[in-house]
Amino acid sequence: MEKLVTLQIDGRSVTVPAGTMIVDAAKKLDIIIPTFCYHPKLKPAGMCRVCLVDVGRPQIDRATNQPVLNEDGTPKIVFGPKLETACTTPVSEGMVVWGATEKVMEARKEILEFLLTSHPLDCPVCDKGGECPLQNLTLKFGPTESRFEFNEKKHLSKHVPLGELIYLDRERCIQCGRCVRFQDQIADDPVIGFSERGRSIQIVSYSEPGFDSIFSGNTTDICPVGALTTADFRFGARTWEMENKASICTQCPVGCNITYNTRREVKSGKIVIKRVMPRQNEEVNEIWICDKGRFTYHYANSPERLTSPLIKRNGELVRVSWEEAIEFAAQKVKAAGSKLAVIASGRLSNEDLYTLKKFSAEIGGKAILHTTISGGDWVSRVGMAPGSDLSKLEKGSTILVFASDLHEEAPLWWLRVKGAAERGATLIVANARKTRLDKFATHTLRYQYGEEAKALDEIISGKSEISRAVKEAENLVVFYGSDGLGLAQSAFVAEKLAELLTSTGHTGKPNNGLIAVWQKGNDQGAWELGYKTDEHLEDTISAAMGVYIAGADPASEDPGLKIALQRAGFIIVQDLFLTDTARLADVVFPAQAVMEREGTAVTGERRMQYYAPAVCEPEGTRPDHSITCAIAQAAGMSLTVASTAEIFEQMTAAPGVFHNITLAQLRETHEQWPKIGRNEVYYAGTAFDNKDGLGVILPLNQDQEKPLPAAIPEAVAVPQGQFLAVPVTRLYDRGGTVITSDMVKERITRNLISLNPKDADKIKAAAGDRILLHLAGRDIEGLIGLDHGQPEGVVLVTRSMGALLSTPALAAVSVIEPATQKS
Amino acid sequence: MSDLFLLRHRNIEGLNQLSIYLENGGFKTWKKAVTTQKPEELINEVKASGLRGRGGAGFPTGVKWSFLPNNIWPHYVVANSDESEPGTFKDREILEYNPYQFLEGLMLASYAVQAKDAYIYFRGEFWQIAHRFDERIAELTAAGYLGDHLFGTDYSLRIHTHLGAGAYICGEETALLESIEGRLGQPRLRPPFPAVEGLFGLPTVINNVETLTNLPVIIGEGAAHFRSVGTEKSPGTKIFSLSGRVKKPGNYELPLGTTFRELIFTHGEGIINDAKIKAIMPAGASSALIPATDVALDTPMDYEFVPALGGQLGSASVIILDETVNISDLVKDTVHFFKHESCGKCTPCREGTYWMSCIIDRIVSGKSKKEDIDLLLTVARNMQNKCFCALGEFSTTAVVSAIDKFRADFEARLES
Repeated sequence: MEKLVTLQIDGRSVTVPAGTMIVDAAKKLDIIIPTFCYHPKLKPAGMCRVCLVDVGRPQIDRATNQPVLNEDGTPKIVFGPKLETACTTPVSEGMVVWGATEKVMEARKEILEFLLTSHPLDCPVCDKGGECPLQNLTLKFGPTESRFEFNEKKHLSKHVPLGELIYLDRERCIQCGRCVRFQDQIADDPVIGFSERGRSIQIVSYSEPGFDSIFSGNTTDICPVGALTTADFRFGARTWEMENKASICTQCPVGCNITYNTRREVKSGKIVIKRVMPRQNEEVNEIWICDKGRFTYHYANSPERLTSPLIKRNGELVRVSWEEAIEFAAQKVKAAGSKLAVIASGRLSNEDLYTLKKFSAEIGGKAILHTTISGGDWVSRVGMAPGSDLSKLEKGSTILVFASDLHEEAPLWWLRVKGAAERGATLIVANARKTRLDKFATHTLRYQYGEEAKALDEIISGKSEISRAVKEAENLVVFYGSDGLGLAQSAFVAEKLAELLTSTGHTGKPNNGLIAVWQKGNDQGAWELGYKTDEHLEDTISAAMGVYIAGADPASEDPGLKIALQRAGFIIVQDLFLTDTARLADVVFPAQAVMEREGTAVTGERRMQYYAPAVCEPEGTRPDHSITCAIAQAAGMSLTVASTAEIFEQMTAAPGVFHNITLAQLRETHEQWPKIGRNEVYYAGTAFDNKDGLGVILPLNQDQEKPLPAAIPEAVAVPQGQFLAVPVTRLYDRGGTVITSDMVKERITRNLISLNPKDADKIKAAAGDRILLHLAGRDIEGLIGLDHGQPEGVVLVTRSMGALLSTPALAAVSVIEPATQKS
Repeated sequence: MSDLFLLRHRNIEGLNQLSIYLENGGFKTWKKAVTTQKPEELINEVKASGLRGRGGAGFPTGVKWSFLPNNIWPHYVVANSDESEPGTFKDREILEYNPYQFLEGLMLASYAVQAKDAYIYFRGEFWQIAHRFDERIAELTAAGYLGDHLFGTDYSLRIHTHLGAGAYICGEETALLESIEGRLGQPRLRPPFPAVEGLFGLPTVINNVETLTNLPVIIGEGAAHFRSVGTEKSPGTKIFSLSGRVKKPGNYELPLGTTFRELIFTHGEGIINDAKIKAIMPAGASSALIPATDVALDTPMDYEFVPALGGQLGSASVIILDETVNISDLVKDTVHFFKHESCGKCTPCREGTYWMSCIIDRIVSGKSKKEDIDLLLTVARNMQNKCFCALGEFSTTAVVSAIDKFRADFEARLES
């Protein structure tokens, strides 16, 4: 039981846990004690001095240790000689705080006057206007005039790129340190800092490229002035011109809650997205998002978007009408009957996937999920159960992260797992190489790529500290990802991890379970709907009369699949872009992106979340389920075109984990801490409060039919002098939704291939050289980077960069072209 | 002169050579302490002596040592050799001419709190002195006075020197610790205090050079001997750094309780050209300006009596101003000093020192309005009781007292 303390603030009583700072206690009463440097998610600094309040404490007689009483029996309260900062002063029993007396108001006014002496009169041209804590607090508490001489104001640089994504205005900066402290304490990327001192103190970036952190955009939310702005939104729009459209980021399986700020443009009359902002969901992403989610939304506006159906004629894809394309596809579907392979991806919404599954069920074909790793059927059974929340993991809980580089694969999970470790949770990081989570791990377990089975056995049946930590934990959460794993290996890993959770009693209750770190946003939704991966997809495609592919791009991820598709009878594709797979198709349908339609998706934590459209659908496009139903209808099947809402109704009426979920449930919210909102941006920044829904964790799959046991994957034998090439996932790759966003083009991984420096020395290669990987039947070429943390004898190959490596394989390595002239 | 505890090199030539220091009883006290005395004995002796910190705050040294918890290890001792207060040059003389007595004092303090590592934080400008200290420490290690298992006991001690890079704020004890840890020299939040969570988060004692140099005398010759000089509440001697408009500026080691008059007119031999004395700043640039009345001149210089004059003894950097000085020029110097040295962490000091410098520049150059004098006073008062550390607070002391007591000097600068 935590100790509680009762105190008075401005004459009102409040009871809070011991250790709470006065500012937070005041916030619980909705009393404004202004703050700039304080942020509820950062350690207090006491720097800006605007939160000064008058603090009185009951006087204790030193001799008797008893409170001194007034004549009327009330405790005698002694006020300090100086005002104290509310952000660094913890509450104590019987404390009396005055935040609105003349003395305090004078002090606040004086501090604001000090801050404004050097602050430029930029409001008319400053992006922060309308959501600016300094503006708001000055209007409430500050002076109306300045006594500072205008021409003595310092003139400083106003467009300093800290990197190409974040700009600093040195005149506006009030040196509150929130950005520096966020980077240090939360993001663990202390790449910005203070330089110089006194009035000349300024923020600088230490990294190359500048402000090298995947969480950099968050500093623009918590900056209390317009000093930090994103290159994306700078001079883009005024806050009061924009509308707030709640949505979900689908770039990775975390499913961060976001708000699209949209505006109708004068010239075109179109509603466009001006920026992506975090939306508060303390159970998913708190108030943060990563830069990929913040900046890659531009893919939806890319000129490369498909805007018309296409049919291949004389080897070329030509634009045709919807009627013609639908008819063409329907004919093919009717002819193929049950010999149609239906392939979907985690880019589709639940409604799209549900429709596609019904479609393939009706024709008697197979509904296949094309993805990088397998095991989602186990996650459906032993994944996170309703009531789960990673924020609750602390001392007594154990988190096992197996074969996943969370910082690259799911940044907000890296942040949350780090947070849990810092709260005392036991963190076990098991990987063949060093990753950014190792630093926070209680135990690290190294194994060789290909020997995952051995490592898992050690954890499950061993007697080590790791085994004990896993078995004896009050709560056990297990993540597994795609580091060096393909479909076969991951299916086995998932099964073993599910076995671990079941045998140790860590299933069926909140904050316990298996989480898969998928590459796409809604893979888990596909698994929940009964999709399966196909380890012999090449054979399946070859054996089928034709293939119907929705949202997947197998040709760009696996050479065998590319060849199989090239030889396929016919290919129907629906996608946003003309992918490598689409280029091989006979007919291509233009689909809609997440922000252009509504839908639901399931996160890796099995949370179902709803998103509404933010912008109008582009002309000529249709939602994926619509396309499927249109084809079905034309082919004489029972499916008919319906709205997303109608499909949702059908989906939740059917038996299964979605049964009886309602939209109202998905849209339920409750008060969250810290309290944020557009009227109180000073407290925690400009992230949006969540009025649109926190989502719902699905009940666990109780289906009696368990997944088939996975074969123990054969390790690839690596002869002396050769290498094991393994696929890894990086945050900024050349995937369709990243490469089409100019904003992040400088951040895209340059190096396709990574080597241990010792291996590089052996083959006389240096960072930046172009090398050749010679695999069975094909070659991969690319630039290399060096990584001390990876084992020798291994080359890491980044997925979605055109290398098409989906499973570990043997490779010989040689240098093609050195980066620089060697003397 | 024979009452010198600290500036003994003025009587003994060559005391900054180890051989001479040893010949004159050097390190006998150290050896005796490590081989025969318990650490608590040293703490009690220093408590009994009433020694107060000589860096400016005047906090009882023995009491400070006893704050270190005995269940958290290791302990550290840090010698604050950042001497940067304008008008203070006492520590420098000790470091250059009586360095081994300072080292012996640092070593005794380390033994008293059972620290195995001690640090000397030198201001960056003392780099030559610091390099000499590295040599001296090596000398002492070779001679067996520092290192492992000293004199055959379980006690080991290493001393490390660390150079600052030219920041007055790094004389503030928590900013000093930040600097040693390789971080930006900005003060830390207190609580927790360094005695509990100091260097690298561990219990730490930070003492001034002059304070430490007193320890061989106190522990070697006893608290009573130390108390035989000075006053009841401020025992011992103090090195007064006298400067300004006096004929003989310099360091003078005198018993605490000596009057200003004696320091200025006997030792300092009075004002240059026998001009009329105008004001006293007893604590360097951080001082209040005290009008040089007879009452003031006859006030004993110690930690008790000086506050009655509206000032603090501080580090006893006594700056004398005479009738040839327009106080507004002096205030310009102090304001610019603090503006240059402000670390920038907290709003009132960062913005206030800059603002004050703009106003005082206008006043001194004759470009100001009458209201500017009151504006300067207002800005200074608005900074008070709001700053994160003492630097911001002390940047206002001279300003407020100068306008209060010498407003005419400011008004003389106004455009007519």
